[in-house]
Amino acid sequence: MNTEKTRFTFGDLMVRCGFATASEKTHTARQGDTQGGCGNPRPQTGASCSCSGGGACNGGGNPPGGSSLTAKPVTRRQAIGAMVGGALATTAFAASSLSPKTSDEEREKTLLKWQEYFKDNFRLMSDREKAETIQRLERLAYLDHATDVKIKATGAKPGVLFGYAFNISKCKGYRSCVDACIKENNLDRKSGMQYIRIFEMENGKMDIESGNAEYDHPVPAEGHFYMGTQCFQCANPPCVEVCPVGATWQEPDGIVVVDYDWCIGCRYCEAACPYWARRFNWSEPEVPAGEVNANQHYLGNRQRKKGVVEKCTFCVQRTREGRLPACAEACPTGARVFGNLLDPDSEIRYVLEHKQVFRLKEELGCEPKFWYFMD
Amino acid sequence: MNLYYFMRDALVTATGGGRRYHLWMGTLTLLMLAGLYGYSVQLRDGLAVTGMSDHVSWGLYISNFTFLVGLAAAAVMIVLPAYVLKDVDFSQAVLIGEGVAVSALVMCLAFVVVDLGSPHRFWHLIPGIGFFNFPSSLLAWDVIVLNGYLVLNLCIPFYILFSRYCNRLPRKRLYVPFVYLSVFWAVGIHMVTAFLLAGLPARPFWNSSLLGPRFLASAFAAGPAFMILLLQFIRANSPYAIRDETIAKLAMITTVAAQINLIMLGSELFKEFYRHTHHSQSAYYLFFGLDGHHALRPWIWTAIILNITATGILTLHRLRNSRFWLRPACLMLFVAIWIEKGFGLVIPGFIPSPLGEIVEYTPTWIEMVVTLGIWAMGLFVLTVLIRVAIPIELGSVRSPKATDVETKLQGLGAQS
Ligand code: SF4
Ligand code: SF4
Repeated sequence: MNTEKTRFTFGDLMVRCGFATASEKTHTARQGDTQGGCGNPRPQTGASCSCSGGGACNGGGNPPGGSSLTAKPVTRRQAIGAMVGGALATTAFAASSLSPKTSDEEREKTLLKWQEYFKDNFRLMSDREKAETIQRLERLAYLDHATDVKIKATGAKPGVLFGYAFNISKCKGYRSCVDACIKENNLDRKSGMQYIRIFEMENGKMDIESGNAEYDHPVPAEGHFYMGTQCFQCANPPCVEVCPVGATWQEPDGIVVVDYDWCIGCRYCEAACPYWARRFNWSEPEVPAGEVNANQHYLGNRQRKKGVVEKCTFCVQRTREGRLPACAEACPTGARVFGNLLDPDSEIRYVLEHKQVFRLKEELGCEPKFWYFMD
Repeated sequence: MNLYYFMRDALVTATGGGRRYHLWMGTLTLLMLAGLYGYSVQLRDGLAVTGMSDHVSWGLYISNFTFLVGLAAAAVMIVLPAYVLKDVDFSQAVLIGEGVAVSALVMCLAFVVVDLGSPHRFWHLIPGIGFFNFPSSLLAWDVIVLNGYLVLNLCIPFYILFSRYCNRLPRKRLYVPFVYLSVFWAVGIHMVTAFLLAGLPARPFWNSSLLGPRFLASAFAAGPAFMILLLQFIRANSPYAIRDETIAKLAMITTVAAQINLIMLGSELFKEFYRHTHHSQSAYYLFFGLDGHHALRPWIWTAIILNITATGILTLHRLRNSRFWLRPACLMLFVAIWIEKGFGLVIPGFIPSPLGEIVEYTPTWIEMVVTLGIWAMGLFVLTVLIRVAIPIELGSVRSPKATDVETKLQGLGAQS
């Protein structure tokens, strides 16, 4: 089902191709397309190939036949969904006329949830389906949590490939990034979920396995330095490969995302990630109503349910609008450098070209887009 | 019409029986209900009611799953000589073996389902209407091979039994090709399940080329060991004649597999402990404990001692051939491999985490109740299958429409 898969290595990018020509390459190499429209005005014709991953070519005036792979099943499923949904609405209606407790809102909620249940993998949705599910989700957020949220599905910009660099000499272990991340990404407060881990390391050791991420004392501690980890958005991500239902994939701008409404919660990806970057919702996640970040992205920080996996997305809801990830913005020491690897004038490119950088567990060949460096 | 009679008679046979039989089935039913209750709590509150965490993200459920895939695969050990090598000795054991395979598979699938965080979305896995990440995901492979194997092992015995029931000779040309297929398939289900773990470089404890072969060896020890216990029980409690040679041959298979398994264990231990590297941390945790964490240590040493003792007993011809020693040896081997290839294999893979953190895992009572419930379900299925198969095999349950062809009936014993 999963179609074209091209491997793209960073060695390639940096040594052989140079940054300028790599843009085309990366854009043809990716599966999935958030914008869901091949009609998007893109400079390279190669860019349209990104639709091959899911066949989400229905937008932009292309005939829906472009997704021949999926056209039939979707119709069948939609038919089932409509049928059951209709039946359910009738039942809900009957129930509501019997019991005064079931309000119109209850009925609407049930119906919306059923329509949600039968929706497709995000990568296979047409533009219309995307708009519809977003409308339903926004409405459900209002009905369920009484919060007005705005969910976007902003797609990757052509010519963008995100990368991150972490300055070990500067980080002092304050964990401001951790807190900012929790708030920005609506992380479950009850279980205390965190995407970022800051390891306190003894001077003289560079092995992250000897670090301590549970430190609880004033920082910086004498004789120690700090190293942060999170999802490194690997260019060759094992987590994507293992997912049995294709609920997680790499976007054209290099961000590895999860479709929270498609994940079945098998946690195979959690076992496959060599950087311990994935988190599972063991119970229903809770965010106090007043603290919900309403600026949301379908593939980013929108609210999750129990039983699905999630992870850092380099704050896709922010970075696709040209802003910095919350962690980079919150860091008081300037240890975090974020930017577009394909832009020769970006700070991240400066770091990669002028500093000695290294990555964790390079021997595993995952090609993380997250580098460490020292002043 | 025959099918209707078959179903009716099967139901009558399965539900009828003495006091002990009803007591047994009643106990299993109670356990299943308890498991169902545990699962309903888990569905309501999420997997947080289990002992699993982001650090140890698979626990008792997947441990039992890996073990049971082995048990299911081991049914081939019975099928292979019986059908392919025309080894008459094995004919009685064959149907029983396939029954074991079916019930083990039912348990496997149940363990996978209860481990899912969002089981209501299972349809995402169905090719065609879902999104089946094949061939990239080994889990997708596993879905195919396990379900295929289940279908094979349901169809073959059903065909044979139904033919018998209708007083017809099962036609070899019709089912033997499928038997061959199922033999290969059995190796397949086990290898795929091993590759599911071995294919993760993030977890050095599993990322070993020996994992697949070791899975096979241990399965071919635990499977026949279980069969021996079961056949002896059937022999003692029913008129179904199981010959001594059958048991002796199964014991031989068990012995060789157990010996090979021990050799592989030794070679793994050597690799992990001769030079202690970062990649040996998990094995260290398992056998000796790390930084004061050693929940698995007593378990694995129990398994090793049982394993060595059992293999020792089986290796000595005198002891293996004595009924007194064979039974405890098989039991020990079965338990040892359940520990070793269940949570002794799955859980250390997560400890320490890829970033070196040590978080231990202890199953909660919910997990244990659900696990017990699934085992009870497996035994229930197995009991029903055997209960129905034996009288048909013996010729005491026959279609009322079938004409009595005594000569054919007599010939049946040698066929199968
Ligand atoms: S760090 Fe882990 S979760 Fe993130 S892309 Fe790499 S393998 Fe996947
Ligand atoms: S937990 Fe979800 S995203 Fe991860 S492998 Fe399973 S289905 Fe895919």
